[in-house]
Amino acid sequence: MFDWAQNIADWLVYDVLNFNKGQHVAEALNFFIYDTTKILILLFLVIFFMGIVNSYFPIDKVKNYLSRNKLYGLEYLMASLFGVVTPFCSCSSVPLFIGFVRGGIPLGVTFAFLITSPLVNEVAIGLFVGLFGLKTTIIYVISGVLLGTISGIILQKLQLERYLTPWVKEVLANAQREQDIFQAEKQTFKQRFRIIWAELVKILKGIIPYVLVGIAIGGLMHGYIPEGFFEKYMDKDNLFAVPVATVLAVPMYTNASGILPVVQVLVSKGIPLGTAIAFMMGVVGLSLPEAMLLKKVMTLKLIGIFFGVVTLCIIISGYIFNIIF
Amino acid sequence: MTKVIKILGTGCPKCQSMTGVVKDVVSENNIDASIEKVEDIMEIIKFNVMTTPALVIDNVITIKGRVPSKDEVLALLN
Repeated sequence: MFDWAQNIADWLVYDVLNFNKGQHVAEALNFFIYDTTKILILLFLVIFFMGIVNSYFPIDKVKNYLSRNKLYGLEYLMASLFGVVTPFCSCSSVPLFIGFVRGGIPLGVTFAFLITSPLVNEVAIGLFVGLFGLKTTIIYVISGVLLGTISGIILQKLQLERYLTPWVKEVLANAQREQDIFQAEKQTFKQRFRIIWAELVKILKGIIPYVLVGIAIGGLMHGYIPEGFFEKYMDKDNLFAVPVATVLAVPMYTNASGILPVVQVLVSKGIPLGTAIAFMMGVVGLSLPEAMLLKKVMTLKLIGIFFGVVTLCIIISGYIFNIIF
Repeated sequence: MTKVIKILGTGCPKCQSMTGVVKDVVSENNIDASIEKVEDIMEIIKFNVMTTPALVIDNVITIKGRVPSKDEVLALLN
């Protein structure tokens, strides 16, 4: 599908710039041009598609759906799936949390949404397809959704309502399966398109610097680090690799756009995919700034349990990945 | 009549750019309006919004979760 991008990269590097095949600089540059072209196109497509879905199915509808329907245990999976198609800015996490609590949605279901939403988002998916191919992306998305679902179920079982901050408990006591009258923005497709387009441009502008830097670093490593370099340090038999990678990743707060191209190169140089994905999930899914925000609605103990359960699930999925691949 | 504009947001970059857009529109078009930035989470929650930033004009939520263009804000204020 992207042969033409490879042709352009070859032409630019070997014909226009006159590098010789096999030179480190040439290989690195070629990799950079090819990857950038491919990834930007994929990001464009995925963000655009998600924008359309989201325009017709905004967060208020998600909440009403979860609040209204009895789903007999499927609500965790549904919340997690909604998390995929609903973009989520960590600065909205508190109002969103309260909105869910107020709508009478169980805490575990809310958590399922909060976990999956940052983990499997449009930017991560676009980058994943470009860097690892479709098959790995599908596996990543499925594990992200399952991770949210299972963590949500576990967190619900732990009956954590008592660890909410007092004012949230009050909200909880007054919760009702209310039906917000949702004034659906009556818009023509043309109006929607303009908004979706504006958002798309904004998101791309915001992440392009990270993507470029990430791919550039990846390109350099690609050209200079020998194949299989990491295998001696981090092979699959090293049981500590996954937990160490995950725990290191949680305090890091980079958006996926910068870190993924680097991770891809690490994988091609011998770091097991499961270890790399656990690292990725730790970086994208959990972050300290988000924890700070959540302090308004949760006690430290609850935040600790929340992060602990999710970290554990990430580590387990890292091991599972390493067994599969 | 003076319009009462409220911008709900906890101070994330998106909220700041919404404030910028609204202020520009009001001053460029000489609109009679007061602009208040609501950063207190308790106040924000009273409006029942789940995504910030949100634009409230005369107590009606008009935009939530995204930064509008100047034209859009102007249309809402007229």
